[in-house]
Amino acid sequence: MLPFAIVSLLVTVSQGCGRHSGDPDTAVESSYGSLWPLPQKVRFSSLSLKIRGSSFQIRDADESSAGPSCSLLKNAYRRYYEYMFPNERTNGHTNVFADPSELSQLHVWITSSDSECDGYPVVTSDESYELSMNQTYAVLKAPKVWGALRGLETFSQLLYEDEYGARNINLTEISDFPRFQHRGVLLDTSRHFLPIKVILANLEAMTMNKFNVFHWHIVDDPSFPYLSRTFPQLSQMGAYHPYTHVYTPADVKMIIEFARLRGIRVVPEFDTPGHTQSWGKGQKDLLTPCYSGPTPSGTFGPVNPILNTTYDFMNLLFKEVSEVFPDAYVHLGGDEVDFKCWKSNPDITKFMEQHSFGDDYSKLESFYIQKLLDIVTSTQKGYMIWQEVFDNGVKLKPDTLIHVWKGNQQQYQNEMAKITLSGYKTFLSTPWYLNRISYGQDWTSLYRADPHNFTGTDDQKKLVIGGEACMWGEYVDSTNLMPRMWPRASAVGERLWSAKDVTNVNDAYSRLSKHRCRMVERGIQAQSLFSSFCRHEYKGI
Amino acid sequence: MASCTICLPALMMLVLDLNTVESVWPLPQKLAISEERYPLSPTHFNFYYGEDQASIMKDCSLLDSAFTRYFPLIFPDLTSGNGVLPSTEEKAFSLVVTMHQKDCDGYPNEGSSERYQLNVSAGQAVLNSDTVWGALRGLETFSQLVQQDEDGTYFINKTEIEDFPSFQYRGILLDTSRHFLPLKAILNTLDAMAYSKFNVFHWHIVDDPSFPYQSRTFPDLSSKGAYHPMSHIYTQSDVRRVLTHARLRGIRVIPEFDSPGHTQSWGKGQPNLLTPCYKGSSPSGTFGPINPASALSYTFMSQFLKEVTSVFPDPYFHLGGDEVNFSCWQSNPDVRAFMQKMGFGKDYTKLESFYMENIVNITSNLNKTSIVWQDVFDYHERIPKDTILHIWKGLPAQYKAETSRMTKAGHRVLLGAPWYINHIAYGQDWRISYNVQPLNFSGTEEQKKLVIGGEVSMWGEYVDATNLSPRLWPRACAAAERLWSDESQTRSAEAAFPRLQAFRCSLLRRGVRAEPLSPGHCSDEYRGI
Repeated sequence: MLPFAIVSLLVTVSQGCGRHSGDPDTAVESSYGSLWPLPQKVRFSSLSLKIRGSSFQIRDADESSAGPSCSLLKNAYRRYYEYMFPNERTNGHTNVFADPSELSQLHVWITSSDSECDGYPVVTSDESYELSMNQTYAVLKAPKVWGALRGLETFSQLLYEDEYGARNINLTEISDFPRFQHRGVLLDTSRHFLPIKVILANLEAMTMNKFNVFHWHIVDDPSFPYLSRTFPQLSQMGAYHPYTHVYTPADVKMIIEFARLRGIRVVPEFDTPGHTQSWGKGQKDLLTPCYSGPTPSGTFGPVNPILNTTYDFMNLLFKEVSEVFPDAYVHLGGDEVDFKCWKSNPDITKFMEQHSFGDDYSKLESFYIQKLLDIVTSTQKGYMIWQEVFDNGVKLKPDTLIHVWKGNQQQYQNEMAKITLSGYKTFLSTPWYLNRISYGQDWTSLYRADPHNFTGTDDQKKLVIGGEACMWGEYVDSTNLMPRMWPRASAVGERLWSAKDVTNVNDAYSRLSKHRCRMVERGIQAQSLFSSFCRHEYKGI
Repeated sequence: MASCTICLPALMMLVLDLNTVESVWPLPQKLAISEERYPLSPTHFNFYYGEDQASIMKDCSLLDSAFTRYFPLIFPDLTSGNGVLPSTEEKAFSLVVTMHQKDCDGYPNEGSSERYQLNVSAGQAVLNSDTVWGALRGLETFSQLVQQDEDGTYFINKTEIEDFPSFQYRGILLDTSRHFLPLKAILNTLDAMAYSKFNVFHWHIVDDPSFPYQSRTFPDLSSKGAYHPMSHIYTQSDVRRVLTHARLRGIRVIPEFDSPGHTQSWGKGQPNLLTPCYKGSSPSGTFGPINPASALSYTFMSQFLKEVTSVFPDPYFHLGGDEVNFSCWQSNPDVRAFMQKMGFGKDYTKLESFYMENIVNITSNLNKTSIVWQDVFDYHERIPKDTILHIWKGLPAQYKAETSRMTKAGHRVLLGAPWYINHIAYGQDWRISYNVQPLNFSGTEEQKKLVIGGEVSMWGEYVDATNLSPRLWPRACAAAERLWSDESQTRSAEAAFPRLQAFRCSLLRRGVRAEPLSPGHCSDEYRGI
């Protein structure tokens, strides 16, 4: 038996009013090296082993249910080999005669009979894994490939360089699983178009931080870059440019597969009835004509909820969307519906009277949303919606996921309590609007937010499935997305993955600084937390 | 200013559709664009020197390399791989450059004229300037006037411009101590500076966290004080490369070696330079500012300044002098004894003044004009009149009052306070930078003349090569226009906005990772990651 030292976290419990006690102490050195997000259970030994690119191999364990045909794992093996040994130039033959004090193999063992290698990750996917080693090889055990992907990332984070530049790894045992199932990042490709390359780089960075949902806010008021096969005129007329600023079906497919290979779900958002100005350009009569007195003003409001053609259109569009995006959920938006235009329109006024809605336009919104939910239900998809839909009392299916984004800390905590008390599942974004920037180390406040911090029973807490870091696009495009996102989103990543009591900001600073340098080394433009350096700085401009 | 070879008749600003006229950033002093336009073809375009100039200009390599640089900026499709689109009218067009002084081989300095006149008519544009530096500014303007129509054909409108900067000193500060900036990031910044007509790169090269400057005289300073002695340093040839790259773009490089505070990294490679701090009667093991009580400090500074003033050719030299913390000096018995000997009492500002006076004198003996941060002025009056004071503190009311006081005392002033753009906020904060009025302080005309310009600072606590460019551009462009253009014509940020958006897209096309100002798009988005 090898001597294992059990390292325990120093937990400082910061109580109270949510004020920040200041920046982290940069002098603290974490005993957890560069692990990010911190695994649930880690046992380090002080015994360090050499690990060399020329002899190291990642391979399937003999007992593994995922065989040579599992290209998802094969891709991951190569990816992580290259991350761990970026400068290795092998001649294709690894040296089988490894030094005896050298860790020379990682065996990946998928333990359940269905590895899910060829499937898509889903909200209930098992991402747990266990990592153990002896002096010659390491074993990564996971029920499904999704856990293996997370474990490979963790394994790669255990490597460190000694003063001679040689790679080492300490004998370690890890048992790990996520605290929350839904750990998302939202990108907005409507306010600014994001080239595919940037979306892929961001997915790459997401895996490094164990995120598992890419919430693709693909269209909105300013532009409609999604190229629909059913309604090609939507992007033809509604994109910033019909050829250079669109996502073709092939692009979308490629992004979904790239994400799948990293255990990331792609959840598209087609936000209606508001936030749809760009839809109107390519789809006549879809939006409500606003009136100025008795005549149309020439401007348009939200989707017109009183026309049958609207629902025919939605039916066809969501049928397509449900086929293009394999995930079991679509995000239907439903936020920030401005009633002014509806109020101005005489046909809508008449419709309101006919349906006895009185002056309550949220009833009209409900009317629209309910019809939309029926349409989406008929496509066999579940749905997520922004919190207003719940707030406005729209009748929802019990498995609806409600996305909380509004208010201050008190307000969002009340909202979480209210939603879960009603028995709905929810996830949180309010404290994680990363597009909002300020001077200094704002990652610490992102880090301190916790989706479970609200008043409610244990059963209520169980209804919280996670959270999402949002990067809205008003001021963000491919020039500044990556440094603005990373490593700030990493703070959210750890909050959603690691145990609830992992809250020590000083310890986090030490690990996160190293983690960000590792991201930089892997080609991710992650910005710095504070005055410091990385051994390998970002070399682009 | 010398000749006005083309005297422009009453120039008028024409307001044209911004879709067809993207216009120029920063806005020229006098600009008349008419709707008449001429096609340009890359295969029938030439730069020429004015006829009587051929002999003067025979070997102006600075301008020759500017032509090489600007050709692909004027015709971007050549480099973007789209190939040359056939022009419907194959008409020759030439840009004729005439200068009155031959100063191709020198460095720009505070007296360099950047004035130029540009007259675009059928088949030809005439660019007149006093100096090569003015010609560079004119070339930049010309390149911004050339546009492409929907078919990809290049064209330029009939234009008359008379232009010169409102302020002679228009700087950007980069901090290479808190984070090391790879050479590539610095060179790319210089490129973007030239596009916005900035003319000073203030290189805050060393500070507390690291000492990346590799000194010939004291190599230990970087081998012990840099973040890494091999990979995180600027060698002498790196520095020369920066100087050359800057010179070719008409940009001065003013280094800052800040002392006596902000010197923690110096102490690693130069023992006995910093003040040992005491805890009670024994040294605590930590160090404070440079030791002003030790003669060795001045010997070292003389030798060191002798080196760096010869490495950096600019006549100005930034000596820092800000944020000196007195607690370590107060703890040290030798410093206390020195205070007593000098009759300074308990006033440590006198000690700081004593140090700065010595350093300023050393610098002036090396024939350099010193720039110091405002702290030096705030703490004592006995600084030489020709020392330039750099304002960095306070809200508008405070920095305006400071400007009044300094100019009243007869000092030249450099305004930095309103442009600390390392400070970020959500939204369009460039508007705040744009609305700054450097001369809006109480003082006489003579006092106003003493404000030589301003500087945008990008301090490095949270900035390295990953985020420098998008944080700097296009936010710094606001100050660029404020410092170059006529304030009375550029008061409205709202009016400037579409022009700045267009300029931001051209920065992108030119390879500068300039971030967006609002929702929208550029025809060529940034494709890197």
